[in-house]
Amino acid sequence: MAHFELHTPLTEADIRQLKLEDTVSIDGTIFGIRDATQIRIFDEGIAPPADLTGGICLHTAPGVRKRADGTYEKLSIGTTTSTRMDRFAPGLIETYGVRAIVGKGGLLEGSIDAMKRTGAAYFAIVGGAAALETMQIEEIEQVWWEDLMPECLWKFRVKSFGPLIVAIDSHGNSLYRRVQEEAAARIAAMQL
Amino acid sequence: MNDIYETIEIVSRDLYWAALKDIPQDVRSAIAGGLQAEKEGGNTTAEQVMFTILRNIQAADEQNTLVCQDTGLAVYRVRVGNRLHLDMVELKRRIRRGCERATAEYPLRSNSVHPLTRKNTGTNAGEGLPIIKLDFVPDSSEIEISMAPKGSGSENMSFLKMLNPSEGLKGVKKFVIQCIFESGARPCPPMIVGIGIGGTSDVAMQLAKEASTFRRIGSSSADPDIAALEKDLLGRINETGIGPQGLGGATTALAVNIEWAHTHISQCPVAVNVQCWRGERAQAVIGATGEVRYGDGAL
Repeated sequence: MAHFELHTPLTEADIRQLKLEDTVSIDGTIFGIRDATQIRIFDEGIAPPADLTGGICLHTAPGVRKRADGTYEKLSIGTTTSTRMDRFAPGLIETYGVRAIVGKGGLLEGSIDAMKRTGAAYFAIVGGAAALETMQIEEIEQVWWEDLMPECLWKFRVKSFGPLIVAIDSHGNSLYRRVQEEAAARIAAMQL
Repeated sequence: MNDIYETIEIVSRDLYWAALKDIPQDVRSAIAGGLQAEKEGGNTTAEQVMFTILRNIQAADEQNTLVCQDTGLAVYRVRVGNRLHLDMVELKRRIRRGCERATAEYPLRSNSVHPLTRKNTGTNAGEGLPIIKLDFVPDSSEIEISMAPKGSGSENMSFLKMLNPSEGLKGVKKFVIQCIFESGARPCPPMIVGIGIGGTSDVAMQLAKEASTFRRIGSSSADPDIAALEKDLLGRINETGIGPQGLGGATTALAVNIEWAHTHISQCPVAVNVQCWRGERAQAVIGATGEVRYGDGAL
């Protein structure tokens, strides 16, 4: 288990070196997306107004306050369950070049396959740890699709964002799958 | 004496903020215990997750900010003393107003959407929201208001099964363990598992919610058979190794709490409702002269 400091935009080599349970911290830019954002991109077929190539997407809908000049002040930025948005992940990775998804709860087999094919990874953040996460986001740089508030497309500037745990790597491995398989075996062996 | 309805409104607002910012002591102790267990078990990933959770709670204390961005659906449990002669319609209106003020004045993220159109009311209130559970207390001149902002990651992990009575205790255990297995990483473990057994289907679900949100960690049921089941299930759930955030480890659940009711001879309803690690709740008691005492809302 090693620690890596990554800078955005990420390259395929950045991702391919990572293995399960390595930790990473991120400097640069992270995009915030959620259900409604991705319904617009994939179900309504509207291309995202920002270039996500080499980008990192975080599953979030932040709590914010709008300033007089139209920019947004961060109040509470945390992470939501990724599994709910699993069906969008292959498209983010293969169509829009996203290299990493940050979330909680993990992604399923189709996403794991897409990550393996393209060279992308899933980084687990501690769900509910929004107080810390908000401190690690320096500024909300830009926001698109404000009509979806709070599920807009957000651009955050981050510094030492993490540590995050590599929970799905680009070699077809998933820590969630491993843990669930072991749990299933333990449950099967229980004498109720 | 201040206007009692004004006090109810202010308390309802302040409890929403308190629950989101200040993690109850019993939850903090259980998380610290989990960190120790993962350290001793040599699981560095689980240790790091538990350490981050504790650091996050401290960061929220220091910055006087929200622990988690999910401001939940506001659940108010209100117990009104029978010696008070209150206008209950006004009481409910003021609780709702308190929830709306908490949302507007902070401002809190509003989660309240129409279930089909998904249009957000912007207030954390709406049709049926906030959830207000009213009960009455004999020989009392006080109002006790407990508040839990129920987050969606854990609430989405809710289950109900009308078991066949012949499935017995073994059937109950099997169902609960299967629910936890299916929940996996999603409800932000280490979780508090609330179980409701008995009543009708809706009562079982309500008991499960009471058990997951308002029971103190470390408390056990007054019924010895139920208490034994709580202990048994906590051991088994932690034995699964799902661990903190579902990334593996010894700390899958901080507690298993069961609330129960008698049921029909041919029924055995079992409901499971999960609370995430933050176990957020807050409580205030409005005394007979209008003074307010704050606490953590644990049963």
